[in-house]
Amino acid sequence: MTAQPPPEIPDAEAALRALAERMRPAVAHGAAFVGIYSGGAWVAERLAAMLPGDHPVGYIDVSYYRDDYAKSGLKGGAKRTELGFEVEGAAIVLVDDVLYTGRSVRAAINELFDFGRPDRIELAVLVDRGGRELPIDPDYVGARLVVARDLSIVLSKDPGGTLSLAVEALAGN
Amino acid sequence: MRNPQLNANGELTHLLTLEGLPADVIRHILDTAAPFASIAEREVKKVPLLRGKAVFNLFFENSTRTRTTFEIAAKRLSADVINLNINASSTSKGETLLDTVDNLVAMNADMFVVRHSQSGAPHLIAAHLNAHQRTHVHVVNAGDGRHAHPTQGLLDLYTIRHYKREFSGLTVAVVGDVLHSRVARSLIHGLTTLGTSEVRVIGPRTLLPSRVEAMGVRVFSDMHAGLAGCDVVVMLRLQSERMKGALLPSAGEYFKHYGLTQEKLAVAKPDVIVMHPGPMNRGVEIDSAVADGARSVILPQVTFGIAVRMAVMSIISGN
Repeated sequence: MTAQPPPEIPDAEAALRALAERMRPAVAHGAAFVGIYSGGAWVAERLAAMLPGDHPVGYIDVSYYRDDYAKSGLKGGAKRTELGFEVEGAAIVLVDDVLYTGRSVRAAINELFDFGRPDRIELAVLVDRGGRELPIDPDYVGARLVVARDLSIVLSKDPGGTLSLAVEALAGN
Repeated sequence: MRNPQLNANGELTHLLTLEGLPADVIRHILDTAAPFASIAEREVKKVPLLRGKAVFNLFFENSTRTRTTFEIAAKRLSADVINLNINASSTSKGETLLDTVDNLVAMNADMFVVRHSQSGAPHLIAAHLNAHQRTHVHVVNAGDGRHAHPTQGLLDLYTIRHYKREFSGLTVAVVGDVLHSRVARSLIHGLTTLGTSEVRVIGPRTLLPSRVEAMGVRVFSDMHAGLAGCDVVVMLRLQSERMKGALLPSAGEYFKHYGLTQEKLAVAKPDVIVMHPGPMNRGVEIDSAVADGARSVILPQVTFGIAVRMAVMSIISGN
């Protein structure tokens, strides 16, 4: 339980529309959207459908590239990274649901380079909650908010495909 | 006493045997192996999970194939691999097993992959490390005596699940020299733990353990009866030294009764899969037409084996 008032949580669908509008004039029409599992994958799929152009969608699981393996081990079942397009020379937009420390993005960039040398990588996030621990800056942001360190922001998808955001106590704290 | 393979949180920290390993631990290994299978398709065929870790392949008994698959698995995880063929070095100078281990720990070993002709050798090493608070050093059994070969058992389970999805509803036959086979023992324990409907062993009485029924299997000495309605047939390697020891008359005689041919396989289900841990004796336990035939999944087993060993190493190393 926290004594602080609950933070103002943005509506996920509104944040998604805002993100798409920011990307629309700037993103290359052939750019591949690579979602980081699991929330980023949902956002990448939605963005590919909303934006003009032909955007191949890829999925990346960063479990093998995380920097906390020595501390936390390999607990959850990792998913298969599936890119389905030629990374060498590609324009890629890396997509995540919530940007926090930047460690997942660092891991994802490292992993992408094991598939080839992309022409460029941009970063799009549904929510930027601040708190960066690495020099990583998103190119496109749907919504910004500040929440306490012991809280986690979780994206979920209902059976109809609608996205929603919720605040949960951080597991393990 | 606590299961020596698990840490205080019930997580896998050594892999010694599938006997007594909880079903959820086995399933976690199989689930973890699945995404590793695709790493060989990348431009860079490795991931950095075990970067900077030293994996010692400690082979007191020769096995080029098993050692190679462990070496590939460790290298795909970016570990440094040191191969030691112990036959040829320390033990001939009189050093004990645990002295050898202590010396390698002093060289900052992080993991031992152990193959030994004595049952229980990997267990002894793990217990020694646990007793001396070296819990950051992990042990994988790569085959000990007649006891266990858990990574082979796991890759067999992975293969069966890959082709058949569920274990419930399956009839699996293990055929041949069950008596001397650590592969059979590990697989049977895994199959029963995961709820396989029926596990059968088929072989001449001289090659079946005397109390094999206690492992929860149905025993057949006739191939036709044993193979009828099977979903999976696992052929075991017949070691030629068994022939010398009067357990069997001849290779030709064995093939006639227990060698797997298309004809004998016809009584199994039409979508049966045929497995073999290798190396095969063609014309002894299996006919070439079956080994190279449409129902054979013997080569996919080898490929899956690397992913399964990657999963085992990355799970225990993180616990």
